[in-house]
Amino acid sequence: MNSGPALVSILRQGDTLVASVHTALDDSEMIRFQNDLVRQIGEVRARGIIIDVAALDVIDSFGSRTLRSIADIARLRGATTVIVGIQPEVAFAMVRLGMDMGQVPTALDLEEGLAYLARLRAVGAS
Amino acid sequence: MNTDETAMDTEPGSSLSGNHLLPQLVAHLREHRAKLRDEWASRIRDAHLLEAMTPQEMVAETTSVYDNYVEVLETGSVEALQHYARDLSERIIPRGVETHEVVGIVLLLRDVLARSLFEKYQRDFGLLNQILDAYEPAANRIANTVAVSFVDERERVIRQQQDAIRELSTPVLPVRERLLILPIIGVLDSERAKQLTEQLLSGIRTHRAKVVVIDITGAPDVDETVANHLVQTVDASRLMGASVIITGLSPTIAQTLVTIGVDLSKMNTIGDLQGGLEEAERLLGYSVTRKEVSEGS
Repeated sequence: MNSGPALVSILRQGDTLVASVHTALDDSEMIRFQNDLVRQIGEVRARGIIIDVAALDVIDSFGSRTLRSIADIARLRGATTVIVGIQPEVAFAMVRLGMDMGQVPTALDLEEGLAYLARLRAVGAS
Repeated sequence: MNTDETAMDTEPGSSLSGNHLLPQLVAHLREHRAKLRDEWASRIRDAHLLEAMTPQEMVAETTSVYDNYVEVLETGSVEALQHYARDLSERIIPRGVETHEVVGIVLLLRDVLARSLFEKYQRDFGLLNQILDAYEPAANRIANTVAVSFVDERERVIRQQQDAIRELSTPVLPVRERLLILPIIGVLDSERAKQLTEQLLSGIRTHRAKVVVIDITGAPDVDETVANHLVQTVDASRLMGASVIITGLSPTIAQTLVTIGVDLSKMNTIGDLQGGLEEAERLLGYSVTRKEVSEGS
C-alpha cells in the first residue's frame, strides 16, 4: 500500500468521524479512502461523518459520485454524512458540470458541519 | 468648396510654426475675428449643427473655439492642440453633442477661414498658394486631433460608466448574522450573472452565511441562459451550506420561467422581499418582535 504522507486523515471525535482530504485523490485513492472510512464507521460505532474537502480546488465526477456513495453506505451503517468546505469555485464548477451531492447535506466548514450533526442529534433525542 | 481640393494633404511631420507666412495669416484672422466668427456661426446654424445649444451658449462656445483655433494655428504646438481638443470634448460631450457635429463645426470653421484667406489673397495667386500651403496642413491637423480626441473622450466616459455599473450592479449585503441579501437591479445578462455568482459564493464564505435572499424585483426580464445560471447559483450555494430564497419574481418572469421549462422545483421562492426576509429569519431562528412604544408617541 501507499507509504507516503497520508492523503486523508480520519480522526475520531466522540461518535463522529472527521475525514479531511488533504490533496486531490485519484480514482484508486478515492476507493481506498471509501473502504477505510466505511470500515472505521463500524469500528468506532460512528453516528456522524464529516468529510472536509476544503483543500480541494477541483472535484471531478468520480469524486462526487464516490462521496455520494460513501454517504449512502454510511447511512446503511447508521451514520449521517455531511460534506463540508466546498470552495466557491468548486461549487460552481460542480453545478455547471451537472454534478451534485444529491441528498447529502453540505455545510460551510467543519464547525458548521459539527453544528449540523449536533442539531440532528438534539432532534433525535427529543 | 474651392479650397477642398488639397484638403487631404495632411503631413504629420510638418511643423506649423516653421512657416514664415503663418504670423501674417494669424494676424488676418485676428483682425476679422468678429466677422468670421459670425459667418461661421451662421454656417453652423444653416447646417443644423449644435441645435442642443441655446443662442447664448453658441456665441460663447464659438468665440472661445475660434480664439483657441487661431491660437493653435499660431503656436502650432502639439500639446496646445491636444489640450484644446480635450478641453473642447470635455465641455461639449456632457451637452449631448454628437461626433459628426464636432467634426462638422471644426471643418466648417476651417472652410470659413480658408474662404476668407482666398478672398484676401485672390489677386496674388502665388502668395495665395503659399498661404494655403501653410494653412491647410495646420487646419487639417486641428480637425484630425479634435475628432480623435472627441472619440477618445467619449470612450473614456463610456468606460468609466461601465466600471461604475459593474461595481454597483451586484452588492452582497449582510442583513443579520449569517443572512445575506442580494438585490438584483437592472438587466441580468450572462456577464453580470457570472459576476453575481462569484460575488455571492465568495460572500457566503466571507460572511459564513446560512441563508441568502436573492431579490429580483428590480430585474425586468430573465432569459433562459440567465435563469439556468440562477438555478446553478442556487445549487452551488447549497453545496456551500447556504440555502437560497428567491423573492420578487414578477408575473412576466414567473411565466417565462415556466414556459421555457427551467426546473424550479428545488428553488425556494417567496412573493416579496419582506416575506423572504421573514422566512430567512425563521430558518435562522430569529424572531423579530415589535417593542412597546412607551413614550406616548
